[in-house]
Amino acid sequence: MNIFNISVRQFGAHAVLVEWPNQVEESILEDILQFIQYLKNLQMDEKEWEFIPSYNSLTLICKDKVLDFDVLKPQIKEWYRAKGKIKTVTRYVWSLPVCYDKEFGLDLVEASGFLGLSIEELIAKHTQQAYTVYCIGFLPGFMYLGGLPKELEVARKSNPRPKVFQGSVGLAGKQTGIYPQDSPGGWNIIGKCPVPMFDVKKENPCFVSVGDKIKFQPISKAEYELHKIEAEVGIYNIEKSVWDD
Amino acid sequence: MINILKSGFFTTIQDNGRFNYRDKGVPVAGVMDSYSASIINSLLENEEPTAVLEITMTGPKLAFEVDTYIALGGAEMMVTLNHKPIENYRVHQVKAGDVLSYGKLERGVRGYLALKGGIDTQQVLGSRSQYKPITDYDSIKKMDGLPYKECKEFKPKISEIKVDSVLDKSDLKVFKGPEFNLLTDKQLGQLFYRDFTVANENNRMAYQLNEPIKENNFSMLTSATLPGTVQLTPSGKLIVLMKDGQTTGGYPRILQLSDMAISILAQKRSGDHISFKLK
Repeated sequence: MNIFNISVRQFGAHAVLVEWPNQVEESILEDILQFIQYLKNLQMDEKEWEFIPSYNSLTLICKDKVLDFDVLKPQIKEWYRAKGKIKTVTRYVWSLPVCYDKEFGLDLVEASGFLGLSIEELIAKHTQQAYTVYCIGFLPGFMYLGGLPKELEVARKSNPRPKVFQGSVGLAGKQTGIYPQDSPGGWNIIGKCPVPMFDVKKENPCFVSVGDKIKFQPISKAEYELHKIEAEVGIYNIEKSVWDD
Repeated sequence: MINILKSGFFTTIQDNGRFNYRDKGVPVAGVMDSYSASIINSLLENEEPTAVLEITMTGPKLAFEVDTYIALGGAEMMVTLNHKPIENYRVHQVKAGDVLSYGKLERGVRGYLALKGGIDTQQVLGSRSQYKPITDYDSIKKMDGLPYKECKEFKPKISEIKVDSVLDKSDLKVFKGPEFNLLTDKQLGQLFYRDFTVANENNRMAYQLNEPIKENNFSMLTSATLPGTVQLTPSGKLIVLMKDGQTTGGYPRILQLSDMAISILAQKRSGDHISFKLK
């Protein structure tokens, strides 16, 4: 198990920022998730603290207390040294249905042309691997996914759309992802997912957590319509499996 | 119920905010000027977290269906209760049928109206703070009314208070942000030895400042941001994230406002001056 060189610094009056080396790495993400688990198990009350993991950082926020950083900073470093290898919460691979029909994939033709691929090849390359969720932020339920093949890197649109519909699946630079709500956006839209990424009516409004993996499952338009209705009435079960490296 | 006769320019229900969902990308929300809002909640001896109305620039006209007690604070606005002017930071009794009407804004931007026991809308993910799409409505504009509990008799321990108002202040106390050390001497000089003015782009998500400092080309991995985080964009523009601000960002976080500084800034409008003072 790697022991990384971490830095710990104050972030305002209520938060501490713990940083790992400045790299996008599975092993760093795994270490951050382990550290969160360690802190939750042993030291930190989940009602008092919020844990925000993202790529190479972990922000610990305590909304009610004025934190004593002279005590806290060395303590966090000590906890990190003591952590060892521990089991994180179960990480899942989620299989999300995506309809790559031209009706939804507004930029399918343009993007595949730019990439020099047929539409079928683009879909095959987009759906062949699992993507790692490195961060959830920006908008409720918006996932930052890592692992896009180089052959699918396409520049953002020069003219962003004022409205991209919820569920739209896009490509932009090294990123791919799903718009969790209607919002303005400049990504190249290649398909649409019928299952909402964020649902306030659920006790856990966003089923995905940082550290999980996402696989896109191509579906027909008829299946899209069916799954959309199933999701609305709450009977669509998202396929998941336990991810074990 | 409170009947909404006029909703005002942008009137929202806010409490202390929505916690424990930031790792799913949900902004905290909550009152922008928490300093002023908490004083009037204390006058009414409300227990935290109590939902108040946050009234932006132009206020509403409201009719109360049952008796209660109210207190106002934050921005200075002309407010009448049944055509009689009432003042900020005092407890006022309200009877069934009374009408509260907001007029001219005199100072500040955001007024607060607290009720004994608070506004009793349903909590969503542990908070009543309005933020679309977490809540159905982004303001009270399209709501039928505001539920609250009747209070016939209340003897406040303190019925009025003299407040050290945030409206008189323009110095923002700040901590060094996580990427503070990236700043050059020139940028530090620009940050701390001059005033900044608030840009037209200012709202519950973020306040932009008009005067850029020297640009930077630092690229970093996306990481958490907080209300009060000051981001430096590649063009040198400063953006102060506020209560509805995004939970993560990829721009250097050069400063972090204190809680009081967020309250002070929340009462500023386009063109108002502020300056940063390192804690």
